[in-house]
Amino acid sequence: MHARSLAVVLSLFASVPALAARPAGAAAGDFGPPQGAPIRAVLTSPPNVPPALARKFPAKVIVELEVIEKEMPISEGVNYTFWTFGGTVPGSFIRVRQGDTVEFHLKNHPSSKMPHNIDLHGVTGPGGGAASSFTAPGHESQFSFKALNEGIYVYHCATAPVGMHVANGMYGLILVEPPQGLPKVDHEFYVMQGDFYTTGKYREKGNQPFDMEKAIAEQPTYVVFNGAEGSLTGDKAMKVKTNQTVRMFVGNGGPNLVSSFHVIGAIFDKVRFEGGTSAQTNVQTTLIPAGGAAIAEFRTRVPGSYVLVDHSIFRAFNKGALAILKVDGPEDKAIYSGKELDSVYLGDRAGPNLAAVTRATESQAKGMLTLEDQVRAGQQLFAGTCSVCHQANGAGLAGVFPPLAKSDYLAADIKRSIGAVLQGLSGKITVNGQEYNSVMPPMNQLNDDEVAHIMTYVLNSWGNPGGRVTADVVKAQRAAPPAVKPATH
Amino acid sequence: MRCGILLWPALLACCGSACAAADYVVMPGGRFESALPQGPAGSVSTPVEIVPFRLRAEPITNAEFLAFVRGHAEWQRGRTPTLFADARYLLDWTAPLQPGAADAAPVVNVSWFAAKAYCESEGARLPTWLEWEYAAAADETRQDARRDPQWRQHILSWYARPSTKAPAAVGGVANRFGVQDLHGLVWEWVDDFNALFIAGDSRTQGDPDLLKFCGAGAISVIDRDSYAVLMRIALLSSLAAADSTGNLGFRCARSVDGDLP
Repeated sequence: MHARSLAVVLSLFASVPALAARPAGAAAGDFGPPQGAPIRAVLTSPPNVPPALARKFPAKVIVELEVIEKEMPISEGVNYTFWTFGGTVPGSFIRVRQGDTVEFHLKNHPSSKMPHNIDLHGVTGPGGGAASSFTAPGHESQFSFKALNEGIYVYHCATAPVGMHVANGMYGLILVEPPQGLPKVDHEFYVMQGDFYTTGKYREKGNQPFDMEKAIAEQPTYVVFNGAEGSLTGDKAMKVKTNQTVRMFVGNGGPNLVSSFHVIGAIFDKVRFEGGTSAQTNVQTTLIPAGGAAIAEFRTRVPGSYVLVDHSIFRAFNKGALAILKVDGPEDKAIYSGKELDSVYLGDRAGPNLAAVTRATESQAKGMLTLEDQVRAGQQLFAGTCSVCHQANGAGLAGVFPPLAKSDYLAADIKRSIGAVLQGLSGKITVNGQEYNSVMPPMNQLNDDEVAHIMTYVLNSWGNPGGRVTADVVKAQRAAPPAVKPATH
Repeated sequence: MRCGILLWPALLACCGSACAAADYVVMPGGRFESALPQGPAGSVSTPVEIVPFRLRAEPITNAEFLAFVRGHAEWQRGRTPTLFADARYLLDWTAPLQPGAADAAPVVNVSWFAAKAYCESEGARLPTWLEWEYAAAADETRQDARRDPQWRQHILSWYARPSTKAPAAVGGVANRFGVQDLHGLVWEWVDDFNALFIAGDSRTQGDPDLLKFCGAGAISVIDRDSYAVLMRIALLSSLAAADSTGNLGFRCARSVDGDLP
């Protein structure tokens, strides 16, 4: 009795294969013969990913993939004859479990002009299945393989001319899940980059045939995600909410280009680069080789539109490599504020000719700085920094920007005006009898010498009383508490 | 005696209307450089000598093939062993003696065995790949137009269109030899289709193991610009002799003196 119950316990263990359950001498990832009834794989069109498997044993999984040659838009008003696995570019997403025996059926639609085959990078065996799946139009091939290695793998057609078959869109991804599955996330997406070569120019309308010359020269007309420009933008953008976890299976079909995959405004918490088992954390841009893939994961924090690009950036803005992940939800100002300030910035050396400033600096170094040096330097600095608002003639703009010419406000308190330059000025003031209520941002990019030159120039121009401001005075004023109400928002 | 019995129907068929109507064009032959290597070195072009032959000006039409299966019941759909014709054989026909498309359209969904039997029925044979390639290198004015990108683009534009409908009627523009519809209508069987040795996985073309068996012809095309031709070879390589597809037809060839196939 005791022995018998022990046997039951043992057989129970045997029916729950764990990682250690692999038969003696078998390859890692070989968990023995398939169990249970054969299972038909769920295939999905991009950007969708089949649901997680949650299966605890190796099974025989039947994959039926149909090759269809069809005309589809590659851009607005531009048609291209794609060769597809499952009617889409990239082809249907396949999801199996490590240790599964995959019975693969490749069907070539009767309307096809070309023979096709499939090389799955997740296959251990010559050609990845290519020779075994070479299929004439209107025929079907079958071969089986055991998915020994877990990871995300590219599949593609390998019929001559291989480059042309790939360039026409014949690629996709197969995920071989680890036995325990992947950690649960809120969203999984399927994105795959490809480069396309048309005889016409980028966005040239009409039917565009494949251009072998451009393909050989590796000069694509289009570089796109999921087979067409705009396939993942606007209404077709991927949609998630804030504080959700997102996993992207990102492949690169090529045929030629390597992708610098980046999501603008997001940092990948984790990337299984090259589709392998190692993970890199805190990644900005991950390199995805042609015929390679990666798994990128991150948490959404701040709502908005996140743009997926190939950061070889001309491809994004001139060849179509753009996609959108739309994140909806409440703002999190602590993480990202949105715009807090929008003001004029001219740069501290906006003026084209600052020779006088250089001369003044040299004179000062020799202890020979004259009033004339200061006025000339101040004139050039004024032109670059102040004249946009106060105008070149110091007249300002009535009611908006106060005048500096014959300014009673300036004459009344020069230190106050120095303070306005250093700390900014906001709120109501009256100049020459007119009220002004605007904001002057602090010009703290200017050093003490520069402010002294500007003030000296202003005092000696446009009917102002004259005088001279030294750097020491400015320095003291900079150290002093604000003489006037500073600029605030 | 046995031979005589076998020969009689063929001779009778040859004297019938189908044979008389068949329009064969004399192909002068001569030196020809194939897209496939023909010499000992796979990367070096070795011109071959094409012996003069005659080629049917048009692919076999539905009407012609109907006449053939009327006279050769063993080639009617449903009566042909699957060893000689797969399940797609004449699948587009509405009945075993009723083509689905126009009489003048090229017959498709025929196996290599069926095509071979047809040609034999009119005292002919299938052309070899080299004969076919030589005939198809011409355009309307030139005997060899293969260097012309427009010639290639014309071919590729047909490749690029999926065959969602039955092919149109034969009767395209004749090339310089007077042969019509070599491009732009259907794929065509050749006699030695399975000796072209383009591997199903085209990246193994340089495999030395293959070279041992298949000679230099196994490697790949010499001129990379010939990829349009390569695509046709790939199609032929994907086939087994019993296979048929919806855009694959054939035409026949025979010797110049007419008596020999």
